[in-house]
Amino acid sequence: MTSRTLLVGPFNRVEGDLEVRLTVEEGRVVAAHVNSPLFRGFEMMLLGKDPRDALTITPRICGICSISQSAAAALALADAAGVTPAPQGALAAAILHGVENLSDHVTHFHLFFMPDFARPAYAGRPWHAQAVARFTAMEGSAARAMTSARAELLHIVGLLGGKWPHTLAIQPGGVTRAPTVRDKIRMATTLRSFRSFLEASLFGGALEDFAALPSLDALMGWSSGDAGLFLRIAADLDLLGLGPGPGRYLSSGGYPTASGTAFARGIWTEGTTAPLDSSAITEDLSHAWMLGPSRHPAQGVTAPDEDMAAPAYSWCKAPRLSGRTMETGALARQVVDGHPLALDLAARSSVLARVAARLLEIARTQILLEQWVAALDSAQPFMAEAPLCDGEGAGLVEAARGTLGHWVRIERGRIAAYQIVAPTTWNFSPRDAGGVPGPVEAALVGAPVGEGEVAPLAVQHIVRSFDPCMVCTVH
Amino acid sequence: MNLLWLQSAGCGGCTMSLLCAENPGVFDLLSGAGIHVLWHPSLSQETGAEALAILDAVASGTVPLDVLCIEGSVVTGPKGTGRFHILGGTGRPMLDWVRQLAPLARHVVAVGSCAAYGGITSAGDNPAGATGLQWDGTRPGAVLHASFRARGGLPVVNVAGCPTHPDWVTETLLLLAEGALGEGDLDRYGRPRFFADHLVHHACPKNEFYEYKASAKALSQMGCMMEHLGCVGTQAAGDCNIRGWNGGSSCTRAGTPCVACTAPEWEEPRHPFTETPKLAGIPVGLPSDMPKAWFMALASLSKAATPDRIGANATADRILVPPSLPKRP
Repeated sequence: MTSRTLLVGPFNRVEGDLEVRLTVEEGRVVAAHVNSPLFRGFEMMLLGKDPRDALTITPRICGICSISQSAAAALALADAAGVTPAPQGALAAAILHGVENLSDHVTHFHLFFMPDFARPAYAGRPWHAQAVARFTAMEGSAARAMTSARAELLHIVGLLGGKWPHTLAIQPGGVTRAPTVRDKIRMATTLRSFRSFLEASLFGGALEDFAALPSLDALMGWSSGDAGLFLRIAADLDLLGLGPGPGRYLSSGGYPTASGTAFARGIWTEGTTAPLDSSAITEDLSHAWMLGPSRHPAQGVTAPDEDMAAPAYSWCKAPRLSGRTMETGALARQVVDGHPLALDLAARSSVLARVAARLLEIARTQILLEQWVAALDSAQPFMAEAPLCDGEGAGLVEAARGTLGHWVRIERGRIAAYQIVAPTTWNFSPRDAGGVPGPVEAALVGAPVGEGEVAPLAVQHIVRSFDPCMVCTVH
Repeated sequence: MNLLWLQSAGCGGCTMSLLCAENPGVFDLLSGAGIHVLWHPSLSQETGAEALAILDAVASGTVPLDVLCIEGSVVTGPKGTGRFHILGGTGRPMLDWVRQLAPLARHVVAVGSCAAYGGITSAGDNPAGATGLQWDGTRPGAVLHASFRARGGLPVVNVAGCPTHPDWVTETLLLLAEGALGEGDLDRYGRPRFFADHLVHHACPKNEFYEYKASAKALSQMGCMMEHLGCVGTQAAGDCNIRGWNGGSSCTRAGTPCVACTAPEWEEPRHPFTETPKLAGIPVGLPSDMPKAWFMALASLSKAATPDRIGANATADRILVPPSLPKRP
């Protein structure tokens, strides 16, 4: 049997740096190794600093999940101090975070994922001309329309947070600006405009109708808008059969407010949901260029192996829940939340399932944002006092691409330990001590590789379907 | 004009910010100005070998390189090898790629404070050995020598900021395309003066509070954030409050202190970002160009003269007392 190795990199249209090594036999991937080739060391930078500085520093781990990082840091500090944010402050923080996640989802679909279907390799397919017109990188009409709509949507972050990315607005006690009644109608107006874009361009129909799709069959019958174009492509290329995940899903629910998280928090394995026990999380370092034993993040340390010794092959640690890999992201959130369409897709984790769940979540997040803005009460306080004190805290939030956790320990008013487990750390983890590949590594096994392909398209679809954020991954 | 954009060790946030350009959007703006993007890691179709072919064509001189944009710091660790950041698929540190490509470019643009000076990636003990392209913090000379000049004659153009404002990037590119950016149009730290000659303080909506040193004591209060909350907008380069971000806002408009993210070494202010360091109760660090004695004298006088309205609003999260209406004769 002839075996060849392919090194795919720089693997672009993902956030940050990625390199994928493939072993190919008989036209199929038989093994994949995913490398995050950039180390910066944010966890080390934070040691010894004033805890409040985490709110300035951690958002800058990532330019696309910036508010997620900020929300996780604020939550971890609040947890350490035993502080509950002002209810309206938590709502404003949810709006800031929801806008970022919604913006990330449409960015992923239009700029990162869909341009691959405009490639010449697909010329002749019945949908190719439309994909070229709509999604050619930097030129497609949908790519350009989305970019304008997204820039306008982010006015909401401007209004509440000053700028995007890297706002300091979210604090342990709430947010730094109490929105006025005028701010509220401005945000509602911006959201109406974004809804128009989504309904006219992406869905070609009402968001409520897409959000109410009950099953995979019903989904595949959705023919309008760019969502319909994607579904036609997915049917033609069998994206339902491509890139299976572990079938185990993790979600922290996301958007904690006084009434709980917006989506259910928990895990889904073998057809059942269960509570998320974050104490069962460990980070395995056996195949990361990191020194030290496998530990829970609250006890974790970050000590890079400057010799980059084998068998390690990535700067990414390998998080496991009760020793097992977990998939996280929009699909995981919607499955754990029990949405009927997502549950129908749960056992068929695939490129199609991930992208469809993201579309579903775009519709649901827009609707949530409209409700949250309507629920803003300008008469209430938006910040509670949050005196910092020594202690330990954890903050779990949902970035667009999945569960993000911060664990902090404060001693004598200084950060004594800080560990971050990012969504793509889960999905793009290397092998663990048992040799078990990370979710994407496993999802790539079996992917078809055409004769002469050096960056197999199937591999690109699978990798991008996870919406990786590599800068968060290693941080 | 051919443009190659590489992401070195950073967060990618300057690209994300660039996508927020409006009137027109970034893609229309670039193509309209005749700026052709050879390759951008977040935005281009080409991946893997296709992308490497573009890099090789540039490296060999087959394709002329008009503008090289580098986003993110350049990491030199471990042990000076740069191997903390290998450009995927090449086995070569980004450090090597930058050193190879920069001399080939007509202009080199550092996009963001990381690429300019090292930025947040060099915070703390700088675990990855991060530095800027031509500056290591406030010291000239880094990955590229202090005397480096791109083929067009300019040193590295530092479009600082964390992130950069989308217009700072696009306007710099447009000026370069027109041959309208000379060395005299850059400030001492290599920043285009069209944004760096302003202070964040200019047009700050808290200016009336500043005039009376009517200060916010906690975040979410409306008063000036200079005295207690670490705001250094009176010393920070940037037209943030004149130009506006994301629909006309700014950090101080949202009630968050300016951390001077356009400045070299902004990442290590030597005090908590949101707390003003003080000596004997008096803030350390004066507004730019303000003689200390005058500042102290004026501050104490204006503090004593603070109108009730401004004093009351300074520590509130919303307007408690509106301005009096002018009396009609």
